[in-house]
Amino acid sequence: MNSTFHLANLLTEPPGIAHFMTVGAVLFVCGAMCMATKRNALGVLMGIELVLNGANMNFVAFGSQYLQNGGEYLGLDGPLMALFVIVLAAAEAAVALAIALNFYNNHDSIDVDRADQLQG
Amino acid sequence: MGAFLDNYLPSWLAYTLAALVHIFLLLNLIAVGALVFIWLERKISGRIQDRLGPTRVGGKFGWLQTLADGLKLITKEDLMPVGADALLFRAAPYVSFAASVTAFMAIPFAGGAYPWVAQRLNTGVFFVIAVIGLEVFGVILAGYSSASKWSLFGAMREAAQVVSYEVPLGMCAVVPVLLAGSMDLVVIGDQQAGWFTNWFLFNDPATFITFWVYFTCATASVNRAPFDLAEAESELVAGFHTEYSGLRWSFFFMAEYGSMLSVSLLASILFLGGWHGPIPVASMLGLTYENGAVAGYLGNLLGCVNILLKGVLGVSVMMWVRWTLPRLRIDQVMTTCLKYCTPIAAAMFLGAIMWQYYLPHRNFFGLLPANESAYAVHEGWADQEGISSAGAVNMVEAADDSRGGLAVEGAGSAALLFDPATPSTSHVASAERGG
Amino acid sequence: MEPIYWPSFFFYLFAILACGFAVAVLLSANIVRMAFYLVLSLAATSGLFFLAGQEFIGAMQLLIYVGGTLVLLVFGVMLTSQERFVSMKTMSGDWFIGLMAGGALLSLLAAAAFSVPQWGSPDRAAVENLPVQKTAAPIAMGLLGARVDQPGPDEPQRGVMSGYLLHFEIVSVHLLVVLVGAAYLARAKRKTAPAPGV
Repeated sequence: MNSTFHLANLLTEPPGIAHFMTVGAVLFVCGAMCMATKRNALGVLMGIELVLNGANMNFVAFGSQYLQNGGEYLGLDGPLMALFVIVLAAAEAAVALAIALNFYNNHDSIDVDRADQLQG
Repeated sequence: MGAFLDNYLPSWLAYTLAALVHIFLLLNLIAVGALVFIWLERKISGRIQDRLGPTRVGGKFGWLQTLADGLKLITKEDLMPVGADALLFRAAPYVSFAASVTAFMAIPFAGGAYPWVAQRLNTGVFFVIAVIGLEVFGVILAGYSSASKWSLFGAMREAAQVVSYEVPLGMCAVVPVLLAGSMDLVVIGDQQAGWFTNWFLFNDPATFITFWVYFTCATASVNRAPFDLAEAESELVAGFHTEYSGLRWSFFFMAEYGSMLSVSLLASILFLGGWHGPIPVASMLGLTYENGAVAGYLGNLLGCVNILLKGVLGVSVMMWVRWTLPRLRIDQVMTTCLKYCTPIAAAMFLGAIMWQYYLPHRNFFGLLPANESAYAVHEGWADQEGISSAGAVNMVEAADDSRGGLAVEGAGSAALLFDPATPSTSHVASAERGG
Repeated sequence: MEPIYWPSFFFYLFAILACGFAVAVLLSANIVRMAFYLVLSLAATSGLFFLAGQEFIGAMQLLIYVGGTLVLLVFGVMLTSQERFVSMKTMSGDWFIGLMAGGALLSLLAAAAFSVPQWGSPDRAAVENLPVQKTAAPIAMGLLGARVDQPGPDEPQRGVMSGYLLHFEIVSVHLLVVLVGAAYLARAKRKTAPAPGV
């Protein structure tokens, strides 16, 4: 149970759940910032994809038998939830793209800052 | 191979060497394949148009014509339009080529106890289809970064076409997976061992039709005529590669010919018995690993030749189609996919399930009994609970006696799951009972 | 010194690729390059899935996500770009707030991940001796409603209860609804009545 992070044995000890979670966190944060800062609607959509992948990484890590160190083991729940996330992300992208195209047809732009007609 | 070298060398060197040998062989297969296929295409197109094709370079038959073409391409100037996005424009051909090469990593060239495959994956079918689908990114990037409207139109057509055709392609590939009960390409190929009557092509009418749908969709997904809208030279100059020249252009063509070969090899593994010939010559001559390593190696070599011949046959049929049929319009391409291929593939998927349900353990259109090894699928999770695969076979037979069994998706697991008559040693066996 | 654990090396390789290209998606202003970096980032992520032993999920990530969803996205980019290589600059105030919030979130998540000892590196010998799982059948069984990995000792029905058949059906219906809805939303609207005979 070696939880501290030593640079020296970086390559000699196998990656654990925490390592995968860190990668997931980086993807998640990048995606969230993409969603916050991009003005192009499709850029926002790409941010969403990154966020979903960051979350997926956690599911896969907790469901993998190779990363277990005596903690909770999700078993099959991990890969199955990851599968659902992938499928729903595809569905979400299709609908979001349809909305973006519709918006583009009406406004000649996909700048999300111009979608302010419902502002009171 | 890596595990073998590991006994004699330090492990990093052993695995790196093994990987390099695999990569070397596969790259050579693609490069030499492209060389041969381009020559073959010229000859075939020549014959179809009542010409001779290349005749001079390299003596007889013009067989060095491609090499001469290659030399010409290498010496050409590498041009790039002023308005192009330099990074993407330069990267695009390599993206295409890398996707094309990666597909070969998971394709086995011989099966048996020691399959010839660079990386055996238990989800081989889906990996190969997925990676072949990635080739489209190179085309899209090339079209978009070229700063030319012809390229952009070509790329958009390609994007729409490939995304649409992946659906029926995946559906067709699921049918052999269903029959074999495994997504491992080595397992799928080895279940069709023996005479050609064991091929999944002849398993039932549904798979027979599925094969032709698969071949149509594969032709479309590798962007070959009559579906080569992305490079329709009568409308779009040259489509996505209008602005390319020299070596970068030739990478697109290596990728295209590589993909043609990989979908043909996949077709031959899924439907045409893979490395098992129409007549089981290798097992007749005793060329298996039971008779020693040399005999087994020779048997694998024979299988490798066999599957490559089938692959080349598939590529030749694609060329024949290309020079025979006129190019479709883009709306006709989409109609073919969405209104014909997808519904037919779905119906044939259902048909294959029904056939397996009512006529289990038969092949060659239900005329012959299937050999036992073809439906006793070894399931890893059954092992974990102390059930041997031999036990699974017995259960399948018990299931046969009681109510015909359910041979869908690996009869072993299906019998474990769904048959109430099975003496239950597994916790899983309760699905039907509980519901 | 212990010999190098090679999966660890490949983990860091793919992790650096995935994270690096994710940052590139964030920093790039050109929407087409963003899409390209996103493709590479997600492909590296699928490499990580393969490395975690989830080959089916990795293949599905490549097939559905990279090969399907992202091609769709790039298609959308091509349909909606007004001028060549459209770029919409982010305002610097947005960058500042975003970096603050993102940095705080990232440090929080990373610290949380490494603070639980059970989530750290597993024992090397134990991992190397694990049997290789050669089949994706448990996933299929789970989707059909039967769990093979955690059956109840005395209650066989529990296998049915903990499966995912209902979720699978809901997702299927959801996909159908999305298919119809997306086709309805994105269809070309006729401005005027079609001319007779067209």
